[in-house]
Amino acid sequence: MRLPARILLGLFCLLVAVWLIAPTIVVVPMSFNDKKSLAFPPSGFSWQWYQNFFSNPEWSSSLVSSLKVAVVTAVLATIIGTSAAFGLDRMKSRVSGVLRAVLITPMIVPGVVLAVGIYAVYLDTQLVGTLTGFVLAHTMLAVPFVIIAVSASLEVFDKRLETAAISLGASRLTAFRTVTLPLIAPGMLSGLLFAFVTSFDEIIVALFITSPYLKTLPVQIFSSITRDADPTVAAVGTLLFIATSLVIGAGLLVGSRQRKR
Amino acid sequence: MASSESRGATIDIRSVSKRYGGFTALDDVSLHIEAGEFMTLLGPSGSGKTTTLNVIAGFTELSSGVLEVGGRSVVGVPAHKRNIGVVFQHYALFPHMTVGRNVAYPLALRGVAREHRERRVQSALDMVKMVDFSHRFPSELSGGQQQRVALARATVFDPPLLLMDEPLGALDKKLREWLQLEIKRIHRELGTTFVYVTHDQEEALVLSDRIAVFNQGRIEQIGTGRQLYDEPATLFVGKFIGDSTVLRGTARTSGDETAIDIGGQKAVTRKRLPNGGTPVMLLRPEKLALVRRGARISVDRNSLAGRVGEAIYLGSGSKYEVVLADGSTAVVRSTLEDEAFQIGDEVDVLFAGSDARLLADDDKADLTLT
Repeated sequence: MRLPARILLGLFCLLVAVWLIAPTIVVVPMSFNDKKSLAFPPSGFSWQWYQNFFSNPEWSSSLVSSLKVAVVTAVLATIIGTSAAFGLDRMKSRVSGVLRAVLITPMIVPGVVLAVGIYAVYLDTQLVGTLTGFVLAHTMLAVPFVIIAVSASLEVFDKRLETAAISLGASRLTAFRTVTLPLIAPGMLSGLLFAFVTSFDEIIVALFITSPYLKTLPVQIFSSITRDADPTVAAVGTLLFIATSLVIGAGLLVGSRQRKR
Repeated sequence: MASSESRGATIDIRSVSKRYGGFTALDDVSLHIEAGEFMTLLGPSGSGKTTTLNVIAGFTELSSGVLEVGGRSVVGVPAHKRNIGVVFQHYALFPHMTVGRNVAYPLALRGVAREHRERRVQSALDMVKMVDFSHRFPSELSGGQQQRVALARATVFDPPLLLMDEPLGALDKKLREWLQLEIKRIHRELGTTFVYVTHDQEEALVLSDRIAVFNQGRIEQIGTGRQLYDEPATLFVGKFIGDSTVLRGTARTSGDETAIDIGGQKAVTRKRLPNGGTPVMLLRPEKLALVRRGARISVDRNSLAGRVGEAIYLGSGSKYEVVLADGSTAVVRSTLEDEAFQIGDEVDVLFAGSDARLLADDDKADLTLT
């Protein structure tokens, strides 16, 4: 490639990169603002919004709620999703294709549609504003991600290893536990992380089924920013950005180490 | 067979059939295998040999028939309770375990105490000469090394029966030949009954005490390699084991002789055949001799005219393919002392009528003429 073309291509790539990370870059400086405004660029430096996030019970309790919901959701979705992926893998292909499509629908159906349906049912069953309600709704949303991640692992898993284990004296369950499970663990882990993030990030359904007693962090952020321009939102955003980067980074690291084997 | 105080199990397969919907994979198969015997199931792909192995292992349930291992019926016994070692073509080592843990796996399942486990793993790896690789992962080993580990893993729990499904199929020729000898040695050392599946007739001849030849879901013949080579029961067996010349013709009976008309030329045999029948003469390459056309007329031998179509130098001798008058091909092996021929030479193919094996021209047993 000639030099002018290379420079043009480089500039274009830079532009796309800036465009992709610009919103994140705006949030980080805002969180250190010294005045109670969301002005960009900030006029001075302070840690007060971070202090506020940890000292204000409204913020800290919503963080705890979100963590509770996300952890339980991640575990439940991983168990259900892994079982479903395993079942789909061992089924006749025609049936499994249809079933897979059904199980993936929560990913495709618009969030608002799901939220309205869930809200209607929850009103009748008194699940609005409960931990159970949040976990049920978020698990449903997270299961497809686990199914996709674990299915990808099962695709490359050599089923003949199970036959070998059985020939060596393992029951089907033991073969699954000692051979299949360890080999699809990376897929399960990435499914678990996806499920966690899906729940932790989720706002649409959460806005519908929230109550003053149970608010998740995204709901708290949303209501806080619509009520008044509180830079605590930017501080929370920055913390979340760091936390998710660490989680995804760890996931990638585990993945690459597994591949080396 | 190989060892006198045999620790192997006998296998009795009686009238076993396996059907998948409309397809019959095994059709009334019966086979008795002695304790400690090395039995090879030989046949082309889809002939039922692997299905038979899977039925014995318990991976496939039989549709009907009797299957006994060590005198006890194992029909309905799940595969993991049969205590049978299996070696697969694709090695099937667990990639997340070291060689040592792979071999220890069946012992751990059987609740063998850790200190005994260690010792038995060592001796199993010692048998296949892989002790130094105990801490490696399977991905760090070559195909041949992986298969040796698989062999150690399938025998470490002292099964009375070892099944091997084309274990050398994925390896190159040199390695295959060496491992064949290793497998023979291990069979002698263990005294276990071995059932070995292959489509490679040479491999079957090298390894086996006896060979069962499979074709289209049935056993064509069971016998030692020599029996199968010298006295094939069917045309299929004759063609599958070793090189052969197949001559087709019409039988003409006169007195105590039968002359078979092969494309206008006559081959005479002492065997009595029904007049007008269409038998097949099967001849092994060593039983045929080549002479230059018209060079020597032998009264007591049959002579068929042909032209050398292919001459292959083998070092220890030569192999010729001679195209006969009726278009069929005769395969002749000659030694170094014999006269050499070129492609295109006009020759006579000589053979004694008594060396020809007369068989039915299809694989239906009731038409076998011998």
